[in-house]
Amino acid sequence: MTPKTSIQARVSPVRSLETVTRRSTGAAAGLRPEVVRLHHSKPEVPKISLHGVTLSYKTNDGKRLIALDNIDLKVRAGEFLCIVGPSGCGKSTLIHLIAGLHFPTSGQMMIDSNPITEPGTDRILIFQELGLFPWLTVGENVEFGMKMKGIPKAERQEKVRYYLQLVHLAQFKDSYTHQLSGGMRQRVALARALATEPDVLLMDEPFAALDAQTRDLLHDELERIWAETGRTIIFITHNVREAIRLADRVALMTFRPGKVKREYAIDLPRPRQLEDISVARTVRDILDDLREEIDKSLKEQYGEEVHA
Amino acid sequence: MSNSLPKKIARHGIFYAGLIGIWSLLAALKIWPPYVFPTPWGVWESLAAGFADHSFWIAIAVSMKRMLLGYGLSVVLGMILGLGVASNKFLEETMGGLLVSLQSLPSICWLPLAVLWFGLTEKAILFVVVMGSLLSVTIAMEDGRKQMPKIYKMAGRNLGAKGLQLFWYVLLPASLPFILSGLKQGWAFAWRSLISGEMIFISLGLGQLLMMGRDLNDMSQVIAVMLLIIGIGYIVDGLVFKALEYRLQQKWGLAVS
Ligand SMILES: Nc1ncnc2c1ncn2[C@@H]1O[C@H](COP(=O)(O)OP(=O)(O)OP(=O)(O)O)[C@@H](O)[C@H]1O
Ligand SMILES: [Mg+2]
Repeated sequence: MTPKTSIQARVSPVRSLETVTRRSTGAAAGLRPEVVRLHHSKPEVPKISLHGVTLSYKTNDGKRLIALDNIDLKVRAGEFLCIVGPSGCGKSTLIHLIAGLHFPTSGQMMIDSNPITEPGTDRILIFQELGLFPWLTVGENVEFGMKMKGIPKAERQEKVRYYLQLVHLAQFKDSYTHQLSGGMRQRVALARALATEPDVLLMDEPFAALDAQTRDLLHDELERIWAETGRTIIFITHNVREAIRLADRVALMTFRPGKVKREYAIDLPRPRQLEDISVARTVRDILDDLREEIDKSLKEQYGEEVHA
Repeated sequence: MSNSLPKKIARHGIFYAGLIGIWSLLAALKIWPPYVFPTPWGVWESLAAGFADHSFWIAIAVSMKRMLLGYGLSVVLGMILGLGVASNKFLEETMGGLLVSLQSLPSICWLPLAVLWFGLTEKAILFVVVMGSLLSVTIAMEDGRKQMPKIYKMAGRNLGAKGLQLFWYVLLPASLPFILSGLKQGWAFAWRSLISGEMIFISLGLGQLLMMGRDLNDMSQVIAVMLLIIGIGYIVDGLVFKALEYRLQQKWGLAVS
């Protein structure tokens, strides 16, 4: 029963084949996740579903830049989805849409079969730029979402303490954010999002500025929180290793137009060790795909400069 | 030049001692009669007498009360207006232009209108004070809202802040570093408008003391009150706004201009 096949469902470039995998945690580790074709069996209602989502930006020279092109994506409740893709392919744009911060040019977005029209505390996004509030202390930043939700002060204080401890920043509760390092700030942003206790965590390259050791620690913590609370997590990263360390499923995005090129169900027992041979092989497969996309994006950008 | 505090104080001391020295010398030469050119000692006596018979204290209290009311009102109104203008394309185009052109109107020009509307009352003076600072606060708020990085608004919305909450807990504090200089300018304008307004009719404030000095041919009092007006402006700027700036710098970790 060793999970030899590193890539369980290799969905070919035809995007319409979507897969839903049952998570393999704890006792079920080692079992192959059941792959269900949405076309053939009655699916459970996805936590989040995007259908034909397109978004174009107006550029300065009056043209339109298609950042996202006809994206279809379904995320099962409790699933850990990682999105990887070359820089500029629209990952942040996509996750902002899911957060309800922008409207798509066309297409539908649903959460629990309700349309997404505005931000909601059921979905908390950790921004790539973090967006910590410099006029508040670390503790007040973590408290902010709870305060907006009207949670009583005593409870807020307790949670602030708990979540700051979780990210190892308890003694910085009263510091201002500019007094922290980049990595510490990322951890504050993580604590701030977790403290709001959303159903869905949206994370835009949340661990990019961390050293490997801290990142490993936070991977463990995040995986533990996810397993304990059953949250749905959409996690954006450049780092394929990170994606495979964490994800039930990895979606690879392409550069211009931004599309979901391929999805991989990651059928590996948890907790995963990056040194495992099966992990390494999965990483290599996805990396090959990604590299192709990065090459393409570089070529396109290089080409644009020549023509400009 | 060194910037240590004792040396700085010494430099200031030398400068002002020199200034007063020249002043005394000119006064001692008696080129002009004392009601035209008073001695420093005469001005000092006027100051002491004004405080001793409480007339200065009363004038300061009356003027400061008007300032707090008028300036407070224009800050609140200016923030609402500025925010409205900044968040609405139509208003920005129409009202934004109007505001800038209105700014070229000296605020004392509102006094005749105010007197016709409110009579020779407290309200007329308040109106002039509000008109004096409202525009700069509004424009500062509008600018501040535009300069403020968008990420703060997005982060606030993301964490569940809406409407008034979003304004109070996110937009306002986020734009404070960008509107502080406008608030300061607004205060200076309000202060000038107030004094000019008070000079026009019997009103008990510092402006009226100034006119009283003129009516009594008491140049010492005129200069004493002028020093008072400068002093109060300096203190508010140095204590209130500097302290606010310092706090912002501490929190944000940046230099606020
Ligand atoms: N406000 C905007 N106006 C115009 N174009 C934009 C805007 N925001 C993003 N874009 C463009 O949309 C594309 C996608 O941007 P996005 O930030 O989503 O990329 P990303 O995948 O998150 O990249 P990275 O990995 O570097 O963070 C880019 O080509 C970018 O130039
Ligand atoms: Mg991004």
